[in-house]
Amino acid sequence: MDRFAWTSGLLELGETLVVQQRGVRLCDGEEKVKFDSGVLLLSTHRLIWRDQKNHECCIALPLSQIVFIEEQAAGIGKSAKIVVHLHPASSNKEPGPFQSSKYSYIKLSFKEHGQIEFYRRLSEEMTQRRWETMPTGQTIQVNKDPQAGRIRAVGIVGIERKLEEKRKETDKNISEAKEMVELSKSIANKIKEKQGDITEDETIRFKSYLLSMGIANPVTRETYGSGTHYHMQLAKQLAGILQTPLEERGGIMSLTEVYCLVNRARGLELLSPEDLVNACKMLESLKLPLRLRIFDSGVMVIELQSHNEEEMVASALETVSEKGSLTADEFAKLVGMSVLLAKERLLLAEKMGHLCRDDSVEGLRFYPNLFMTQS
Amino acid sequence: LFQAKYKERGTVLAEDQLAQMSKQLDMFKTNLEEFASKHKQEIRKNPEFRVQFQDMCATIGVDPLASGKGFWSEMLGVGDFYYELGVQIIEVCLALKHRNGGLITLEELHQQVLKGRGKFAQDVSQDDLLRAIKKLKVLGNGFGIIPVGGTYLIQSVPAELNMDHTVVLQLAEKKGYVTVNEIRSSLKWETERAKQVLEHLLKEGMAWLDTQAAGEPQYWLPALFTELYSQEITPEEAKEAIP
Repeated sequence: MDRFAWTSGLLELGETLVVQQRGVRLCDGEEKVKFDSGVLLLSTHRLIWRDQKNHECCIALPLSQIVFIEEQAAGIGKSAKIVVHLHPASSNKEPGPFQSSKYSYIKLSFKEHGQIEFYRRLSEEMTQRRWETMPTGQTIQVNKDPQAGRIRAVGIVGIERKLEEKRKETDKNISEAKEMVELSKSIANKIKEKQGDITEDETIRFKSYLLSMGIANPVTRETYGSGTHYHMQLAKQLAGILQTPLEERGGIMSLTEVYCLVNRARGLELLSPEDLVNACKMLESLKLPLRLRIFDSGVMVIELQSHNEEEMVASALETVSEKGSLTADEFAKLVGMSVLLAKERLLLAEKMGHLCRDDSVEGLRFYPNLFMTQS
Repeated sequence: LFQAKYKERGTVLAEDQLAQMSKQLDMFKTNLEEFASKHKQEIRKNPEFRVQFQDMCATIGVDPLASGKGFWSEMLGVGDFYYELGVQIIEVCLALKHRNGGLITLEELHQQVLKGRGKFAQDVSQDDLLRAIKKLKVLGNGFGIIPVGGTYLIQSVPAELNMDHTVVLQLAEKKGYVTVNEIRSSLKWETERAKQVLEHLLKEGMAWLDTQAAGEPQYWLPALFTELYSQEITPEEAKEAIP
């Protein structure tokens, strides 16, 4: 901690802010110090820490003092940390909070998360070393300690070797996987060209392979949409799960609501958004009591078969007439719907000719269409 | 006769390839299981590894997040991490929509999601958020990613934002607001075009008008109000979020 110097916290000319994070505690090596709750700022030149309670208390460390950084994962009751290994303080350093320290490293403790982003940005700055090319008002401290250089080299070689191993293993996986994918794609194309020579069954089996591999399916059969057995099963499950919630919400829910509801209920083995959409596309063809509907705006909803949006429009018209005029927000609050679906209903009513719009900077307001009723 | 033979040949070839693929698939599965057992933990804990993994998949041409039923999801558990993140992103966007009209910076979204996840949850990077959001697009709720300045604005409502709107948002990002004259001088547009774009943003609730500013009226973007970043989501807003 003796590498820090008091500072005003203002950025110098030529110095730019890169990222900042609240809720950071500083530690001198393994020991806690009084700097326990502050905002940590990373600039192109320095690491700056300002006390959250006392803004006058502000210290900074030039990035050139940093040898290397490590991450320390969070544990039970412990926040994630970044360990910053430092060169010894230079003799002409500005005064700071500590005259000496028995440690050559400090720890940054991220009590309110943000460690990942900060580490990434700090690594980037350490690689780019912008402080060398962008001179500022401060004196740039150049560290020419040969001892530290040698020690650093050994450590880095070890790390580089591990990275190389990892890279080789990943490359092997990549080339194997590439072969698989090439083969899959060529078969997929063959199927597209000669539909009829390969049986329906085999096509479905093949589609499952593709799905499993995460390859976008180039073969679309309109009979089952882009579905597979998995999606068929899923569609049936959804029909069961969503019946009651739909009834509770007036028979209609947006697909994002469904996504959240279903996945929160599952806890594990969640559905991907694509799984959900593919399953919903099959609802109608499987004659299930729900269906997928897509509005002009692109908004997708699930409706009960028994739900008739056009009938709901009639009651919407009544509501709007009673109040004279309504915006989507007001209508949503009155009826107890989400704003998204309220807007869709009003737009549908307009499309059917029952409502007129008044589109101004104050918002979109709907009125009963008097042109229809009073001509 | 020649044609018939040719067709038959074609069928045989395809069947052969299908058989060959089954075999290769089995072998590949085994290798993948090995890979998975070594790296499953890392995927969950290490965001950099997740980025590398995603890049690898992109190189091969596979989308590991396409289905919860895929190899990748089942063996590596990649899916659950991102799908759950999707739920959290939707909830934050819904809760804050009335404040910012459905536009939010990636930074603010990041901070709010982290807060919602609590102290003991795994950390989440901005890259993770972007990948989760890209998957959410398919739900039709208007999720979009707009590059501005050095970062991104995340759109979560089905409002139409074309190139004109995007470019004005990018212009406004520097100060948090923009004026008609600034648009005219920076983008060389006619007044009418600038006004149309700004009015659209006002109507969608993504911009607020300050007529009392010195000089000409200023159009502010609440999504860019840095002072609002650390404001908690109120209980009323949270209720709006959960359907």
